[in-house]
Amino acid sequence: MRGLVKTYPAPRGRRRRSTGAPVLASDGVDIEVAAGEIFGLLGPNGAGKTTLVRQLTGLLRPDRGSIDLLGHDLVRHPRRAARLLAYLGQESGALDELTVALAAETTGRLRGLEPAAARRERDAVLDELGLGPLAGRPLKQLSGGQRRLACVATALVAGRPVLVLDEPTTGMDPVARRAVWAAIDRRRAEHGTTVVLVTHNVIEAETVLDRVAVLETGRVIACDTPGGLKALVGDEVRLDLVWRDEAPLWLPAVAALRPGAVEAGRRWTLRLPPERARAAVTEVTTGPAFAALDDFTLATPTLEDVYLALGGQGEGLVRA
Amino acid sequence: MSAVPHPLAPAVRVWPALRAVYVAQLSRARVARIPLLFVATFQSIGIMVLMRGVVDGGSGDEARAVVAGSAVLVVAFVALNLLAQYFGQLRAGGGIDHYATLPVPAAAVALGTAAAYASFTVPGVIVTAVSGALLYQLPLGGLWVLLAVIPLAGAALAGLGAALGLLAPRAELATLCGQLGMSAALLLGVLPAARLPEPVRWLRELLPSTYGVEALAEVLRPGPDWGVVLVNLAVCAGVGVLALALATWAYRRAAVSRPA
Repeated sequence: MRGLVKTYPAPRGRRRRSTGAPVLASDGVDIEVAAGEIFGLLGPNGAGKTTLVRQLTGLLRPDRGSIDLLGHDLVRHPRRAARLLAYLGQESGALDELTVALAAETTGRLRGLEPAAARRERDAVLDELGLGPLAGRPLKQLSGGQRRLACVATALVAGRPVLVLDEPTTGMDPVARRAVWAAIDRRRAEHGTTVVLVTHNVIEAETVLDRVAVLETGRVIACDTPGGLKALVGDEVRLDLVWRDEAPLWLPAVAALRPGAVEAGRRWTLRLPPERARAAVTEVTTGPAFAALDDFTLATPTLEDVYLALGGQGEGLVRA
Repeated sequence: MSAVPHPLAPAVRVWPALRAVYVAQLSRARVARIPLLFVATFQSIGIMVLMRGVVDGGSGDEARAVVAGSAVLVVAFVALNLLAQYFGQLRAGGGIDHYATLPVPAAAVALGTAAAYASFTVPGVIVTAVSGALLYQLPLGGLWVLLAVIPLAGAALAGLGAALGLLAPRAELATLCGQLGMSAALLLGVLPAARLPEPVRWLRELLPSTYGVEALAEVLRPGPDWGVVLVNLAVCAGVGVLALALATWAYRRAAVSRPA
């Protein structure tokens, strides 16, 4: 994707009078994804992640810029996207009343598989994701995580060379998540499948992605491996302190920590060089400060810290 | 990503795609819509029982109009009203993205869904027509014409329902349009045309279900005029083609223009 720009017209109120400025949802985005890569788009809600993948999947036409997918110009031929990639959107409305098995089989048929091949792939994918026992249940009777897993199954049917997955593991339990990532890894190892993944879960981003682009209000503010991005924030560590009640500000050591802390209710979050953090831990875990302390954690930086260090304004990232 | 473009997976042709959508939709209808089919059938039978109090049995215009109108009303309930709701919700909820990112022609999705909803009405229409003919002492011999009336009226009404659902700016409006369309099919179909004032008769001519009703009413007469039946079925088929073309166009429009 090169120089991608997409502007939504300003939201219009009654009598078609404009109620605000036009929304620049993709603001000159340049992204290059290598074949066989698991590439992530990370950012809070409203950062423009979904707008970007909707352009990549041919659902939305960019105002400017170019999209080259496996040698095909998708701005000129948006319909070709459907013949190259499988897209997992955030909604399951089209499949809700089908059974899990029929949703997978029909999607396979609509990706061009013959009936026998569609049934074979359906059985293989349901088996791979552990959906066998749910095969006969309509999607809308399933829990959110199970339904999401069934939608992932439909995206994996008929093995496309590129998978575009918009928050695939939302609501899933750890077992289902592992099944999804194992299935994706297998496709990459066996067929060199490329994956573009939208997520706002920083832990997932760190563990499964090869590279990640951090998005903020329609712009890419950083793009590197998760390790490379974390090196940007240097060797600072994060110290979280949760007080039982009020923070004991009458203690000088605690009062000295306050200016650098981000406060959220009883939780203070501090980003400190390691030796300062160690000293702070010693201060708050001894004497009267410890009596006021409910919980504390000392952690190496996450992509959330990177996002904030890069000037990210949103607070929609999830650590789970 | 590479110098040589990656080969494209084959695009799916209209018929296999239509069949896959049809089979999936019909099975979904079986699970989720059977209670509604009962509602549609009982509604029509209820209307016939109610009207029996004021309309004499035998093959008078009124009796035939009531039975034919009630039978086609089942099609209107499912194909027009429920399909408008289905597509309205699908569009509003972003469900169309699923189909729009599959290599299938727009016509296959719109027509496959419409065909499934129309087929789904078959048992209800037959039950309504047979029980109506018995209730009003009308000849049953011509009811095989339902084999043509259901698909043709089904095409016209389902096409209209799909188009309403896809074109309505909001899902609630789609539901409202579907309900209004069904009310129109009820009032303008069940009452004999001769009793309606002139402007309402014009409206009746515009309603796609009218021609199915007319064809069915004709065969409920002893010694029907098959020419009249054929002309009505032909008009119904023509309206059906137009309605389905409109639905396909509306689907294509909805698939590319939905804002995120």
